[in-house]
Amino acid sequence: MDEQHDYDDIPGTTVFDAERARRGYHLNMFCMSLMKAENRAAFKANEAEFLQRFPMTPEQRQAVLDRDWNRMIELGGNIYFLAKLFSTDGKSFQYTAAQMTGLSQEQYAQMMLAGGRPIEGNRTKSEWKDRG
Amino acid sequence: MARIYAGLTASHVPAIGAAIDLGKTREPYWRPVFEGFEFTKHWIQQQPPDVIVLVYNDHASAFSMEIIPTFALGCADRFEPADEGWGPRPVPTVMGHSELAAHIAQSVILDEFDLTIVNKMEVDHGLTVPLSLVFGQPSEWPCRVIPLPVNVVQYPPPTGRRCFNFGRAIARAIASYPEDLRVMVWGTGGMSHQLQGKRAGLINQAFDNHFLDSIGPHPEALTGITHLEYLRESGSEGIELVMWLIMRGAMSERVRVLHRFYHVPASNTALGHLLLENEV
Repeated sequence: MDEQHDYDDIPGTTVFDAERARRGYHLNMFCMSLMKAENRAAFKANEAEFLQRFPMTPEQRQAVLDRDWNRMIELGGNIYFLAKLFSTDGKSFQYTAAQMTGLSQEQYAQMMLAGGRPIEGNRTKSEWKDRG
Repeated sequence: MARIYAGLTASHVPAIGAAIDLGKTREPYWRPVFEGFEFTKHWIQQQPPDVIVLVYNDHASAFSMEIIPTFALGCADRFEPADEGWGPRPVPTVMGHSELAAHIAQSVILDEFDLTIVNKMEVDHGLTVPLSLVFGQPSEWPCRVIPLPVNVVQYPPPTGRRCFNFGRAIARAIASYPEDLRVMVWGTGGMSHQLQGKRAGLINQAFDNHFLDSIGPHPEALTGITHLEYLRESGSEGIELVMWLIMRGAMSERVRVLHRFYHVPASNTALGHLLLENEV
């Protein structure tokens, strides 16, 4: 059963708490394995086969294959571990952040140069209710 | 007697390390970031430390999901730069101070801060980027460094108040070390940033500036900031700011702010830097 937390009300934010860490353990340990060059090579050679080495859920494996970053986070992935995966792809934090926010990398970079995403209007889910 | 004479805070954005390593510090995007550290670079040549206790967080480099220490202390003689997936940063090996570290560990544990002793560990950008910002690209680091990693990756990190009180325990430990050593404490990470989800890119300049203004004269007020407030106001990764409170707790009640710098953006992050000196 999912426990309720005060931080659940922050929009567009998934807090990597103990329960998510538990669910995401093998997903994150798969990412950690990509710290080794031989594992990166094996993963690139056959992604689906490499993923079978880790007792992840089918949903987690599919999210990795789809590079669906928000879904990976929903399924217990943590951004610092997922960084090993997008680094293996030759992508940056900024590229991945743009993907997660639905912006192009150029739009995202411009938003940061203009001072970042403002806090106003981004504190509570009620402020995002019209965003779907 | 060992003595803490100054403290420093700095963000530890990995892209800053890449900019240094790839020789991009004079590019228009990065130049203001590095200019913000010029004062401190000159100051520290005049006032060099023997040892830095460097508070930072590991980013799934030395610690995976297997072991997650809330507070740890690097007690080894040397720490190699970690390979974070694109090869280790081309920076010198970090030389520890195992005698002082062993003394701190023994003192703070008896002072009821049960940290984890680490005798073998690689150090990632969280530790090496602040060293590069302040010391540039030397062939070896000019002083010893005791790494003090704090868990801020898996929620919950230690509370701000716990961090502040832990800093005080570190100060007591250092003050009881018999050798004459000049010690700095650095608190790294922050300021506001969020690297994940649809709210990625969040920056809260009002929150950051209040934090920068308060940590010198009124740190106790900051120790009451709840985890919910950090997450909501400073972004899911802005909660790293609790590490600055370890530094502040280790300083005297009264400090002078020698330098203050704030810049947006450094990649995805609001960069903050302070140099503090103990009033004697």
